Amino acid sequence: MELLLDSLFNGVAIGSVLLVAALGLAIVFGLMGVINLAHGELMMLGAYTTYVTQLIFKLPILKPFYNSYIIVSIFLAFIVSGVVGILLEKTIIRRLYGSPLETLLATWGVSLILQQFVRSVPLAYGTGLVISLLIGLFLPSAFPSKIKESINFKYFKFSSWIFAALTGVLTGSVISSSVSKLSRASARNVDVTAPSWMRGQVEIIGTAFPKTRLMIIVITLISVIAITLFLNQSAWGMRIRAVTQNRQMSDCLGISTEKVDIITFGIGSGLAGVAGVAVSLLGSVGPNVGGNYIVGCFMVVVLVGVGNLLGTVLASFGIGIMTDLIGAGRLLSIWPDMPLPLSNTINFFATTSMARVMIFALIVMFLQFKPTGLFPQKGRMVEN
Amino acid sequence: MSLSKIKFDKKIVLSFWIILIALIIAAPTILPVFRLNLLGRYLSLSIVALGVDLIWGYTGLLSLGQGIFFALGGYCAAMYLQITSSSEFPNNIPEFFALYGVEKLPFFWEPFKSPVFTFFAIWIIPALVAGLIGFLVFRNRIKGVYFSILTQASLLVFFNFFNGQQKLINGTNGLKTDVTQLFGQMVGSESMQRIFFWITAILVIGAWFFAKWVVKGRFGNILIGIRDDEPRVRFTGYNPVIFKTIIFSIAGGLAGISGALYTVQSGIVSPQFMTVPFSIEMVIWVAVGGRGTLLGAILGAVFINYAKSLVSEALPASWMFIQGGLFILVVTALPEGVLGWIQGDGPRNLLQRFGLKRKIETYPSLEVNNKEGNNE
Repeated sequence: MELLLDSLFNGVAIGSVLLVAALGLAIVFGLMGVINLAHGELMMLGAYTTYVTQLIFKLPILKPFYNSYIIVSIFLAFIVSGVVGILLEKTIIRRLYGSPLETLLATWGVSLILQQFVRSVPLAYGTGLVISLLIGLFLPSAFPSKIKESINFKYFKFSSWIFAALTGVLTGSVISSSVSKLSRASARNVDVTAPSWMRGQVEIIGTAFPKTRLMIIVITLISVIAITLFLNQSAWGMRIRAVTQNRQMSDCLGISTEKVDIITFGIGSGLAGVAGVAVSLLGSVGPNVGGNYIVGCFMVVVLVGVGNLLGTVLASFGIGIMTDLIGAGRLLSIWPDMPLPLSNTINFFATTSMARVMIFALIVMFLQFKPTGLFPQKGRMVEN
Repeated sequence: MSLSKIKFDKKIVLSFWIILIALIIAAPTILPVFRLNLLGRYLSLSIVALGVDLIWGYTGLLSLGQGIFFALGGYCAAMYLQITSSSEFPNNIPEFFALYGVEKLPFFWEPFKSPVFTFFAIWIIPALVAGLIGFLVFRNRIKGVYFSILTQASLLVFFNFFNGQQKLINGTNGLKTDVTQLFGQMVGSESMQRIFFWITAILVIGAWFFAKWVVKGRFGNILIGIRDDEPRVRFTGYNPVIFKTIIFSIAGGLAGISGALYTVQSGIVSPQFMTVPFSIEMVIWVAVGGRGTLLGAILGAVFINYAKSLVSEALPASWMFIQGGLFILVVTALPEGVLGWIQGDGPRNLLQRFGLKRKIETYPSLEVNNKEGNNE
C-alpha cells in the first residue's frame, strides 16, 4: 500500500510538470493546428526568469521578502514567456497560417536563436530586452482611446517604442551593475535554490514527500483550474472555444480571430513559462533544459488528439505514472516472484531512458487502435 | 519543378559532366587531406538530403527522424569494421566489450562478420525499419504535424536505446572506425580516405540518378499527387499507404548509405547522430537548396555544411544565430528554396522590380493560371 502510494505520488509529480507544459502546447495546437517547437525554449525562459528573480530578491531592498520570490516568479515567468510568445506570433507564425509544417521549421529556428541568446547575452540585458518588449507591446493599448484618437497613432506607437527601448537599457544596466552574477554571459548551468519554507519533507499517511514536489503539484493544480475557468467562464474564453471549433464561422460572426490567436498564443506560451518555474525547482537550469521535457509534451498531444483539457490532464498523469512504474521497476517490487523472463524484461526497461522507449512503443500500439487519439473531435471530414 | 524544365544544350550538359568528373578525380590532389575529408563527409550527407527531398519535397511528409536511419547505416558499417579488426583483442571480440565485462559476442553482432551481409545490411536494415515505422503510422492516416512529431519521438526513442546500451553497442561512446582495418588497410589512413571520397562521389551521382528515376513517370506523379491532395489520390483508386511506405523506406535506405559513408569518413558513429537538431538540420539543407529539386538537395547539403564549418571556425557562437535565422528566412521568404526560386520566376521578378526587365503583359486570368502551373 505504502509502495503504491509512493509510486502514485511520484507519477503524479512527473505528470504535473508534463501537464503544465503540455497544457499550453495543447491549447495552441487545438486552436491553430500549430506545433510550437520553441515551446521548450519558452519553458527555459521561465526557468531563467526564476533564477533572475531569485538573485534580484537577494538585493538589500528586497531581502525581507526573499521567501516569497518563488510566488512572484511564477507571475513574472508567465509574463516573460507570454510576451516572447506574442512577439513570435506577431512576427512569424501569423505569416505561416495554414502551413503547419513550415511553422514547425520556423519555430525550430526560433528555438535555436533563443538558446544561443541565453548563452551569449548577459541575463541582465536579456531582462532589459524583455522589459522593453513588454512596454513597447502594451503601452500603446494601455492608454484611453481619447488620447489615442487625438494624436496620430503612428507617431504615438513609435515614441512608445523609443521609451520602451530606453527603459530596457536602463533596467538592464541597473541590474547588471547591482547583481554581478547577471552581468556576464555564460553557457553554464545555474541553480535555483528553493526558499527555506519549501525545503524538507512533509509526512502524509506515514510517507514522506519532498515539499518542492508538492509545490509543483500545487502550481499545476492552480494553472489547470485557472485555465479551465478562463476558457469556460470568460468572454475571451468563449471566443477561443468558438474559434477552435470553427474558425470561419466565428470570423463571420464578428469575432476577431486575429486577437484570439494572439491571446491564445500568449497564454499558451505563458503556461510554458510557469512550467519553467516548476522545472527550475527540479534541477539545474541551462540553455538546453527545455529539450528534456518537450518530447513528453508531444507524446501527450499525440495521445490526446486535438485540444481537450480533460484529455490532456488524464494523458499527462497517465504517462507520468507509467514512467514511474516502468522506469523504477516498481512492478518487480510489487510482485517479487514473477517468472524469470518477465522480470528480466522489466529490469531491462527499468531506467528513465528505457522507460521512454517502452512508453513510446505503447503509444504507437495504442494509435493502431485509436488513430485520432483518446478524445477525437467529432464531425465529418474527408480526412477522417 | 525538376531541372528538365529548363532545356540545356546537349553540348553544355556534356561539358558540365566532363568538368564535374574531372573535378572529382582531381579533388584529392588539389585539396589538403583535411578539406578533402570534410568535402567527402558533406557529399555523403547530400545522399540523406536526397532522401529527405523525396519524402518531403515530393511526397509532403516532413520526417524529423531521418537520423535514425542515418545512424543505423553507420552502426552497421562500424560493427563490421570493429569485428573484422578484433582478432588481437581478448575473446576475439571488439575491445570495448572488455570494459563492461562482456565475454561473448551479443547475438546480433554475429552476422556482421560477413562482408556480404554488411554490404546489404547498410541499406536494407534502415529501409526495413523505415518501412515498418512508416507502415504503422501511415496505415492509420496519421499525417502532417502528427507524423512529424511521431518521427521525432521515435528518433528520441532510438537515441535513448542506443545511448543506454553500453553492453551491447558501447552506448554514449559510440563505435570508433578510424583505427580499424579494412582489406588490410587502416580506415583512417590517407589513401583509404581518398578512396572513400571517390566512392562517395560516385554514390552521390548514382543516388541522384536513382532519385530522378523514382520521381519520373507515374510513380513520381502519384507522390506529387499525395503531396498536393491526398484524399483525391485515394478516391482515384490508389492506395496512398503503399506509396508512402515505399518512398519512406527508400529515403531510409538512402539515409543508411549516407550514414555508413559518413561514419567511415568521420571515424566514429555514436548516438550523437540521432540527436534531434541533426535530423532537423537535414530538412533545412533541402529547404534552402530547394525542395522538390533534387539537385537543390545535394547543393544545399554541401554548401550549408561547408558554410557551417567555415563560420564555426571563425565565430563559434554565431552559427546558431545564423542557422536559426536561416530556418525562419527560408520558410517565410523563400519557400521554394534557392534553386526553386531560380527555376521559378524569381530572377525575372527581381529584375522587373528594379525596372530592368519589361513585364510580360498578360490577361490577369492567364497570369493566375501561369502561377498555379509553376507551383505544381
